[in-house]
Amino acid sequence: MLSPASRGPLSHAVLHALRSGETSGLLDAPEPETTEDAQLALWIMYEQHHGGFDDISDDLEWDPHVLGVRRRLEQDFEQTLRARAPQAPEPGDFAETFFDFVAEHDGPSLAAHVHRSATKTQVREFLRHKSIYHLKESDHTTWVVPRLSGPVKAAVMELQYDEYGAGNPHRLHATMFADGLDASGLESAYGAYINEAPVEVLEQNNAMSMFGLNRRLRAASLGFLAAFETTSSVPSRRIAQGLERLGFPAEMIEYYTEHVEADAVHEQLAVRTICGVLIEEEPALYDDVYFGAWTSMDLEDRYANRMLEAWAA
Amino acid sequence: MNQTPNSDHPDIVLCPGGPMLLRGDHVIEDEDGNEHQTTRPVTAVCRCGKSQIKPWCDGTHKFLRKRSAD
Repeated sequence: MLSPASRGPLSHAVLHALRSGETSGLLDAPEPETTEDAQLALWIMYEQHHGGFDDISDDLEWDPHVLGVRRRLEQDFEQTLRARAPQAPEPGDFAETFFDFVAEHDGPSLAAHVHRSATKTQVREFLRHKSIYHLKESDHTTWVVPRLSGPVKAAVMELQYDEYGAGNPHRLHATMFADGLDASGLESAYGAYINEAPVEVLEQNNAMSMFGLNRRLRAASLGFLAAFETTSSVPSRRIAQGLERLGFPAEMIEYYTEHVEADAVHEQLAVRTICGVLIEEEPALYDDVYFGAWTSMDLEDRYANRMLEAWAA
Repeated sequence: MNQTPNSDHPDIVLCPGGPMLLRGDHVIEDEDGNEHQTTRPVTAVCRCGKSQIKPWCDGTHKFLRKRSAD
C-alpha cells in the first residue's frame, strides 16, 4: 500500500518525514488543524505496526521522533475517548451485567438501513469504509495476547483461532471479506480506500490499534472485543439480507452470514471466558473493560450517524 | 463460573439464558433427524428454539431475554 494523501498540516508533516526519512523535523511538528488531520496522522503511524507502506522505510517503525508525535496524539485521543464514556455499571454477575449494558445501549442502526432501504451505491460505500478494518480483522486483538495470564491468553486464542479460519486461509475472516470485495467489483488490496475513509472510521481503527499496542490498555482492548462481538450477530444477519435484496454476490453475503454464526459463539467466549476471567483475576481492570466496550459501541454509533445523515441528504 | 472444581475448560458449557457451547468436533441431529457437523473450534447450539440458523445460535435469545425482562 502507498501512504495516503494528507488532510492537514500535521498529517502532511508526518507523511513528509516518513517518506523522506528525515524525521527530526517532527520535533517541531505543527498542531493538528482538525480531528481528521490528527486521526489520519495517528492512523499512518499505527499502520507502520500493521502492514506498513511501500513508499515508507520499515526502519522508521520505532523511530523516536515519530513515536514522540504518536504518544502526544494517543494521549489526546485516549482522553477524548475516556471523556465520552459513562461510568461502568455496578459490579454484579459479570456476564449478565455486561450483556445488559450492551442491550440497553440504543444506537442508530446502519444494519437496519442496509437491510431495508439502502441503495447499492450506499452499500458499496459502506463496504469500502469497512474494508479499512475488515481486511485486517482481529489483528489488533492478537497484539494483546502476550500481555495476558495463561487462562485469559488461552481463551483469547480459542476465539482468535476461529477468526483466523482455524488454520484454513480461505476461512480467515479478512480473506473472506477480500473475496467479497473482489466478487463485488471492489478493490481488495488492503488500504485501497483509505483516502475516502471518514474521520469516524479512522477513530474506530485507531482506538483498536491504541488498545492493542498499549499493554496498559489490555482490558479496554478485550472490552472492545466483547462489545464488538456482542453487537455483531444480529446486525450481520440484517446486512446479509440487505446484500441479498440488492443482488450482491454470494461471497460478500457469505462474509456476513459467517459472522451471524461465528459471533454468536464469540460473544459468549469474549464475555465469559475472556473478560469475565480477566476481571476475576484483576478486579482493578473492571472500569477499563467497560471503557473499551463503550468505545466500541460509541464509535460505531458515530459512524452510523454520519452515514445515515449523509445518505438522507 | 462453573460448578466443577476439577475442570475450568469443560467440553460443554450451558450459558445462562443463552446457547450451549460445544468444544471440539461433534455431529448434531436436529428435531427433523438431519445431521449437522460442527465446523469451528467452539460451536454455539441454539437453546431458545428461535434461531434462524438452527441448530446453531444466532443471538436471537437476547431479544427474548430483553422482552421477558420488560
